[in-house]
Amino acid sequence: MSDGGFGGRGMGESVQMDPSRKRVIRLSVALTAALLLATALVYESFSAGTKEFTASQLLAKGKPGQTYELAGTVLTGSVRHEGTALLFRIRDPKLHVSVPVRYTGIVPDPFAAGRAVMVSVREGTGTTYVGQQNSLTTKCPSKYQAAAAS
Amino acid sequence: MAVVGRALLILALVVALYGIGASLFGARTRRREWVDSGRRAVYALAGLATLAFAILEVAFFRSDFSYNVVAQHSSTTTPTFYKLAAAWSSQEGSLLLWVFLLSVWSSLILFLTRRKVREIAPYATAVLLGFGAFFTSLAVFFANPFATSANPPAEGAGLDPLLLHPSMMIHPPMLYSGYTLLTIPFAFAVGALVTGRLGAEWISVTRRFALAAWLFLGVGILLGARWSYTELGWGGYWAWDPVENAALMPWLCITAFIHSIMIQEKRGMLKIWNASLVLGAGTLSILGTFLVRSGILNSIHAFGASTLGVPFVTLIGAMVIGSIGLIVWRREQLRSDARLESLWSREAVFLFQNMVLVAMVLVVFWITFFPLISQALTGTKVSVGPPAFRPFIVPLALILVLLSGIGPIIAWRRVTVANLRRGFVLPVAAGLVTLIVLLVVPGGPSSRPFALIMFALAGFVLTGVVQELWRGVAARRAITHDAVPVALVGLIRRNRRRYGGYIVHAGLAVLLVGVAASSSFQHSQDVLLSPGQKAHVDGYTIRYVRPVESVTEQKIAFGAVLNVSKGGKHVTTVTTTRNFYPSQDPNDGLIGKFFDTANSDSAVGLDAGLRRDIWTVINVQTAPLAGLINQGNNVFAKYAPQVMTQAATLPPARAQQAMNMLWTERDVAVAEIAHRFVTHPWKTEFLLIVDPLVTWIWLGALIIGGGGLIALWPVPTLARRRAAAPQAARPSGPPPVPVREPA
Amino acid sequence: MTGPLALLLVLAVVAGLVLFISGPLRRPSPSAEEPPDVAELEAAREAKYRELRDAELDHRTGKLSDEDYAELDTVLRAEAIEILRELDRTGEALPSPGP
Repeated sequence: MSDGGFGGRGMGESVQMDPSRKRVIRLSVALTAALLLATALVYESFSAGTKEFTASQLLAKGKPGQTYELAGTVLTGSVRHEGTALLFRIRDPKLHVSVPVRYTGIVPDPFAAGRAVMVSVREGTGTTYVGQQNSLTTKCPSKYQAAAAS
Repeated sequence: MAVVGRALLILALVVALYGIGASLFGARTRRREWVDSGRRAVYALAGLATLAFAILEVAFFRSDFSYNVVAQHSSTTTPTFYKLAAAWSSQEGSLLLWVFLLSVWSSLILFLTRRKVREIAPYATAVLLGFGAFFTSLAVFFANPFATSANPPAEGAGLDPLLLHPSMMIHPPMLYSGYTLLTIPFAFAVGALVTGRLGAEWISVTRRFALAAWLFLGVGILLGARWSYTELGWGGYWAWDPVENAALMPWLCITAFIHSIMIQEKRGMLKIWNASLVLGAGTLSILGTFLVRSGILNSIHAFGASTLGVPFVTLIGAMVIGSIGLIVWRREQLRSDARLESLWSREAVFLFQNMVLVAMVLVVFWITFFPLISQALTGTKVSVGPPAFRPFIVPLALILVLLSGIGPIIAWRRVTVANLRRGFVLPVAAGLVTLIVLLVVPGGPSSRPFALIMFALAGFVLTGVVQELWRGVAARRAITHDAVPVALVGLIRRNRRRYGGYIVHAGLAVLLVGVAASSSFQHSQDVLLSPGQKAHVDGYTIRYVRPVESVTEQKIAFGAVLNVSKGGKHVTTVTTTRNFYPSQDPNDGLIGKFFDTANSDSAVGLDAGLRRDIWTVINVQTAPLAGLINQGNNVFAKYAPQVMTQAATLPPARAQQAMNMLWTERDVAVAEIAHRFVTHPWKTEFLLIVDPLVTWIWLGALIIGGGGLIALWPVPTLARRRAAAPQAARPSGPPPVPVREPA
Repeated sequence: MTGPLALLLVLAVVAGLVLFISGPLRRPSPSAEEPPDVAELEAAREAKYRELRDAELDHRTGKLSDEDYAELDTVLRAEAIEILRELDRTGEALPSPGP
């Protein structure tokens, strides 16, 4: 393929490199960049990720000092307030097991008993898990399925 | 009527299947009449879907609770405006909306292109009808919007109060329009690959609809962000929620496409790349539609596990395998006609931009789906929170803005040093000046280097756009001698794509400045206040002046009037309330159901300004009223049954009277209890945020929307012919130069 | 809506659909249309004209020097001529031009 009708004018074309070699260089640079990005991504996600557990998994496999994402539904009748802290229990979606959580921070509007939530927790004093501040998310109530058992 | 609706859906499915067959048959046998018949099947599908959707909406409008969806998602007390929107708050209704929008857009494009792309159109028709058949069959077999029950309830469950927001009317249809519009370039790409015709015709047809999809999807995403910011009580506009990401990814792909397609148009390069982008965007849009209703990822939008998982995954799998197969099959035809000459050219800038955008898509995809990936690899679901996005997205966004500033100024094919100087001196100087000024200014953003760089880059981009407009106007005036405003309008009108695009870049810069400022320099306080107390946020003093309450048939509102001042001077007064809607939970009691925090939402007290937003929300707990509420519950628990038994013995008119008196007394009790919030206020929780430059985000969005519309606006055919005429006259002049590449 | 009335309505819709969709099949076959290559060439021509205009605007706003523009313009015009020639050739091959 000819180098085009523009001859040798322009930026950086003073040394006439074989066009296909130029392409190989560019391709290698691009691939290396992609590889670096991928490596950074994979490293970051595996090291900074937190395990998602249900209540039963947390009780069975949770280690003290570790932060986990606790997912489940809020147990009806378990919601209480203590000053700025919110206390509630999260139950396992399938089993009749629930875990007490003490949470401070923003409570999303849809939060309520019986709603599906997710919160970052750490083992606290006693049996209560401490929820990380502002980590509580609740599922938006647009009901795309029949009401789940609470 | 529900029976008619269901029949219409079944007919729609039959019509869609017929259309697929007719189009393919017509394409293979080259018989025009079958292709036309297939196209008419699309029109018919649109008609049927419209009718079916109308029937559903009428049922909502009339609060016909014999329809299950109406009973589950609406009520007689839902405002009419929202009754109609309630239709698509359900799985069934939203599927119908999808089919409706898909068929309408498909009809539009097939009508507009009925005399063009004749080879490709039949295959595109078949693909579009394929999607139509898929979603229609979901509505027919899995999620029937016209399911009825023999014993309709007297009152419906009602729409969740969170959804009673104008955005609810617009955000889903906008997003769905974006998603369905993305299936169109997908379909035409499939057709082009099958027929091997990825030339100028395909490009001209696809780019316009890709641009429309880009615009609608972008508006949908931004509307969602605004809804989140002004409605939900967390004070943010983007949470990197999986469903938000699912809409962002195809949008990024299409942004890449509308740039790289220009390279294919001019140089015949990047054919495989462009085809992949379009196919990828279409697949991602179906993936997004699936994520919203699947529950496979924990998200505030994931609406629970549904039976639709298997069909969707099958469709997405088919799309991925099919796309890859088509590209591999046609790779000979997709070879580039030319090579990239120089890294210092607009082509190269577009290429880099594409790579940055695709890198963003990969990052977002990986982090979003990581719980599933990790589960597949390690057996445990591991999630990576929103902070994980930052180290990747921020640098990529900065590079993107830089490129968006270089692109408009640099020339095609290759630049010279002289041209670089001429084009870049002013914008680069502006960027540097911005940088230095912001570094030097006391209390400036120097503590946040990324925000600082973004501001400097925005200066660079905006100056570049202004420079281009200025030079264009000057060039035009040299010929037409018009006044500046006239010349400006004329310039933009005659070069819509170019200047529409430049305006979009300017809007993007403004938007990202808003994002950078509001994420880096936000100040917030989570406090407990009693009336009269104050809090301090970022130099502002916010005082809880007095509590307010109001009781209406629809809700009870507890709120606060907040006075905001700075340095002793009054700035603004805002009111934020928490609204409590009557719950259906019988455990709450006859009085308590009006004070159930589970059925409440917040109304944000917002003072938006050009320099900063003051965002406040109150979080009222009704626990202090528990004593009174329980008393009320007990009283009415005894009293109400007495009245009802008595009323049963009375004639209907008197019975109604008695019941009305009962409810009036209950309302009085509720109002009295509610009033205690004002007479005996308690310490209440507030979230107070001062957020700089948030308004720039919405302003930027408007500018982007305007620029997109300009770029999209069709050039009148007459003007096009007039532009072509002088060119046609010229070729007879100079002798033909040996052509470098075959046309 | 009562049963028989609903049925009637649905049947009417079915009848309408069949009529509408089979319309093209019932008409006599259409006259010869322009071959797809012509449409492709016309689209290519439009794109080339746009490229010429863009280059002119680039030149007038200073992105292209006089020399670069002159060269580019010549090349583009030659490409345009090639497309026009191709169009003529294809046009001649047709017995009668399409709509």
